[in-house]
Order: sequence, then structure tokens, then C-alpha cells
Amino acid sequence: MSGIIHAFTTQIPDWRPRVRPVDLAEATPEQLDALKVTPSNTKVSDYVLVLANDVETLKVRTPLFNAIMYNRGGLSRAERELGAVGASVVNRCVYCAAVHASRFNQLTKDERVMERIFRDGEAARLDARQAAIFRFAVKLSKAPSEADEADMQALRDAGLDDGEILDLILSAALFGWANRLMHVLGDPVAREDPE
Amino acid sequence: MSENIVERLAGIAPSGPLGAALQGRADVMAMTEATHDAALKPADPGGLSHALRAALAARVARLNGEEALAAHYLALMAEAEGSEAEVAVADPAFKGDDAGRIAAILAFTDLVSMRPRDTVAADIEALQAAGLSDPDIVRLAELNAFLAYQIRVIAGLRLMRASA
Repeated sequence: MSGIIHAFTTQIPDWRPRVRPVDLAEATPEQLDALKVTPSNTKVSDYVLVLANDVETLKVRTPLFNAIMYNRGGLSRAERELGAVGASVVNRCVYCAAVHASRFNQLTKDERVMERIFRDGEAARLDARQAAIFRFAVKLSKAPSEADEADMQALRDAGLDDGEILDLILSAALFGWANRLMHVLGDPVAREDPE
Repeated sequence: MSENIVERLAGIAPSGPLGAALQGRADVMAMTEATHDAALKPADPGGLSHALRAALAARVARLNGEEALAAHYLALMAEAEGSEAEVAVADPAFKGDDAGRIAAILAFTDLVSMRPRDTVAADIEALQAAGLSDPDIVRLAELNAFLAYQIRVIAGLRLMRASA
């Protein structure tokens, strides 16, 4: 059994559930539909199989997630990932941070931003626009939210328009949700190499 | 005023300065409303009644200082005609009776809503020990997780409106 990973990393871990995933062989038609299981696609992660225990929420959350992270216009994809990482750092979701830091790195071809964030956490020094985005995401992710007028003004001063700010609010808030599933219902564990 | 909960509670008018940005994300706003309904009023609530869900939501809203949102959930709770034990949950000062099912649900909810980073495997085991099924644990986590999202969308929109 692999050990639990506690430090932030861009190496995507495995995820070990703390509750029982739905067994595909016993899944209801509604669960199979929400899981998008077809004869040619039977690969479903343990994480999604855990969420299938609440199929009504899963069914509506998946399209919401995709719309917030990938729909057209507004904030760049990389900056939405930065918002997701800000939330994941506050909530210490090592798995979420790994996935979304990796996506950020793929999109920007620049690993230094995530290196700084993983090393210095909320205090990471970034360029002005990234700093405003990261700081807003971090403060919105506190409970209760600590984001204030100055943080909003910093976004506007960094050149974000209303559509971009809205997308940042949505991506950071969405990870308040994702972190509370991924970090609560399972553990990130070292990936077992098939070799 | 908008018909969806987050825009209404953030005080956003469809014709106001943020109307255009929100119109561009009307799909997300509609899906947000759908997730509210799935988390609060699912057709199959499992072991978490609609009244208990609404009472927990009012509690989490209050823990976050969101009184208007708490009022929304208190209205849902009244609609669902919860038992006295369920209604008590809406008060953050109420911690449940010793070591019972409700006490375990409240301890978990307070932790996940306010200090999610501190959640460990033993917190899930405590729910199992209190008699919650694994599907109900996932339902409870989803309810908390949805509320964290909704509360932050409202908080963010409110800041946007104030600076527009």
C-alpha cells in the first residue's frame, strides 16, 4: 500500500477513496448515464465512482465544471487554472493542486509560477497580473471569504475586465467545491508504476 | 431582480452594469441553480431529508456570515416541514446530542465548511461509526461542497457589484 502524499507536487498522484466507490456491475441506469459508461468506454476513475453515490449531484456538476473551466471567451484557460490552484493551496488539496498546476504548466510552458506557489504558498511572489489573480483566489477561498474591495480593485488595476473577473470568481469558487470532495473523500497516494 | 439565487442574493440587476458579463455566462448560472436543486431537493434524498439539508445549509451560511442566504435556506426548511431535531441544526451553537448521528453530521459539516484542509480519514470513520452509509457520506460532502461554491460565487459577485 502506497504512502499518503502531504507535500504539493506537479506529479499527479493516485487517489485512494475513504468510502466505497460504486461497483459498475451494480450501477443503476441513472448512474451509468451520469458516468457516461458505454461499451467502448468502461474506464471510470475511483473518484468519479465515489461521486456516483450521489448521482443527482454528479449529473449536474460535471457540465457545470466543464463550462466554468473550458467555455469560450473570458479569462484564459491558464488563468482559470491559477484560480483553481489558489483555492487548492488554501484547502490543502494536494491532488487537485497537482492536476491543475500541471495543466497550468502545459498551457503556459512556464514551470516557475507553480514552483514559487508550491514553495511559498500564499506568499508566493508573482508578476502583477498573476499576483492579483492568485491573491484574489486565495482570499475568496478562506472560510469565511476574506476577499475585499482592495483585492477586487487589484484585479481591475491588473487589466481584468468584468467577464474575466467573473470567470475567476467561478473557477476559484468551483474549487471550493472540488477540494471539499477530493481532499475529504480520499487520499493522494504515490502512483504505483505498472512497470 | 434575477430569478436565480446567487444573482438575487448578490444584488445583481439584469439591466445593471454586470448584466452583460452575467449574460455571457447564463449557462453557468442556470447550471448553478440546477446544482442547488440537486444538493437541496434531490428526488432520492437517501438518509438526508430535504429539511435536514436545508437546515445544514442555513447553518453553513450563518457560519460564513451570509444571513440573507441563511434566510433562503430557513424558508426551504420551513417548506420541507422538518422535525424539531432537524430544525435545531440550523443554529451553529447547537452541536447535537452526545455521540449521536446528528452530532457526527454537525461536527463533519462544521469542519468541512470552515476548515476543509484539516479533514482526515478519521473524520470519515466517525461518520461511519455514527451509522451513516457511504452514499450518505458522499451526499453530505456534496452538500457542503456545493455550499462552499455557492457562498463564494455570491461573495465574489457582491464585490464585483460594489466596484462596478
